[in-house]
Amino acid sequence: MKMHLLARLNPVIGVVLLILVWWIATLLEVADPVLLPPPQKALKALIDGLVSGPLLHDFGQTIYRTVLSFLIASAIAIPLGVMLGAADKLYRSVEFVIDFFRSTPASAVFPLFLVLFGVGDKTKIAVAAFGASLVILFNVAYGVMNARKTRVLAAKVMGANRLQVLTDVYFWESLPQTFIGMRNGISLSLVIIVVAEMFIGSTDGIGHRLIEAQMLFEMPTMYAAIFAAGALGYGMNWVFLTVEKTFVHWGGK
Amino acid sequence: MLSRARSAMRLVTGGAAEAAPPAQPMEKSYRWFPPGTHITVRGLSKQFQGSVLYENFDLDLPRGKVVSVFGPNGCGKSTIINMIAGLLPMDKGEVLFDGKTIDETRIGYVFQNYREALFPWLRAIDNIHYPLKLMGLSRHERNERVEKLLGRFQVKIDFNRYPYELSGGQQQTVSIMRSLVMEPEVLFLDEPFSALDYEMTLFMRDQMQKVFMETNTTMVIVSHDLEEAVYLADHVLLLTRRPTRIADFIEVPLPRPRSAETLSDPVFVDIKSRCLEIFRREAKL
Repeated sequence: MKMHLLARLNPVIGVVLLILVWWIATLLEVADPVLLPPPQKALKALIDGLVSGPLLHDFGQTIYRTVLSFLIASAIAIPLGVMLGAADKLYRSVEFVIDFFRSTPASAVFPLFLVLFGVGDKTKIAVAAFGASLVILFNVAYGVMNARKTRVLAAKVMGANRLQVLTDVYFWESLPQTFIGMRNGISLSLVIIVVAEMFIGSTDGIGHRLIEAQMLFEMPTMYAAIFAAGALGYGMNWVFLTVEKTFVHWGGK
Repeated sequence: MLSRARSAMRLVTGGAAEAAPPAQPMEKSYRWFPPGTHITVRGLSKQFQGSVLYENFDLDLPRGKVVSVFGPNGCGKSTIINMIAGLLPMDKGEVLFDGKTIDETRIGYVFQNYREALFPWLRAIDNIHYPLKLMGLSRHERNERVEKLLGRFQVKIDFNRYPYELSGGQQQTVSIMRSLVMEPEVLFLDEPFSALDYEMTLFMRDQMQKVFMETNTTMVIVSHDLEEAVYLADHVLLLTRRPTRIADFIEVPLPRPRSAETLSDPVFVDIKSRCLEIFRREAKL
């Protein structure tokens, strides 16, 4: 019973430790109190910002942009990935291009997208979607290429045509890998969106709040925004893992 | 009548088959086939990584019989049935089922590796429904067919479970049911029981025998176990080492249903030792 309780509390220990160290550091004034406010101040800024301040709106805006760019990326990359993966000769011929742009920092295409889409939400969402789609595409295609050949043969021998093999076997076979791609894709979307909110003519979003707090030297607000961004990333990952567990129940079996 | 049809069974290989000299002149081999033939293979050639596996290979398989394919390792037992079943392209040659091509023929195929053959994202019952869906049958028709099949297999399986929740034997049973539900004209089985434990293997052999006696479906089974090959079959097709030819085509005239007693029947023992003798000779080649 005691062990059980301890085991449950285990993950919390790290959090408590971090806050404790932070708190002691502020008590001992290790750093300038303006740069490192005590944890309760940051927490208060977070709560105030969410309840009555602009942080909740920023939070919502960042989620909206991230999710929208992710949805666009998925809608393009999943069907394309299934098709490319099923025709592996075709994939081999475009693999270099995909790999190249996948390895290109997405932030490097900001200037180009600014020219194409102008200053505004469109550019942010387009760059994030661009980055995420390549990650998703790559994973889906590999998921399809690594599909169990036996299952494909089984479907063919039962009389499935090419389209049916694609939708009934390849799609499902690639799903575990697709989810890995989507998880990585949405993380990347979030990174790009937050960076874009900082520097590309924004009036809201967590990234904007962060950079503004920094410029105004409102350190508690800045810490609060960092936590909000962290919570968002963690939450999205958690949602995906949960959906994955119920949806791809056969994974690894 | 039947036995005459059997004795008329003739198998010709591209090379000189010592054990089964061709009954007909070779030049005409692709024009003639014995009565009661279901599957005809003519002039099949297949190279594998530069070495010849099959060269101008001819084969006739009888209708409504179980044929076991047995031979030395690497002689291409699975390869030949995969080519006949259309899963593997051949370099040259022709395979006809009653004069029809593979695309015009309903084929059932049971894979050795049931884990990788069933669809883990579908429940067992939906796995069985799947080929019927491909055939475009209505839900009502599908249910009817599946019910009929479930009635025939008296196994205690919770068909609402996912394949990975079932035991190996249950999974292979589901896999066999999936291949039978579309009432195939020919059923191919590639070492279907080799991944199961002995007890389950014995049970499954008898299930297969029951299915065969009820449906009389033409079956081709690859086996690596001589006892099983003889026990299940009406004919044992013995293959040589590569380049693969037919070593012999031995009839197993034992009555069905066969049981554990069959295994000690003098006729069974005799056939088995004959097969073994040929196998030994061919494996050493």
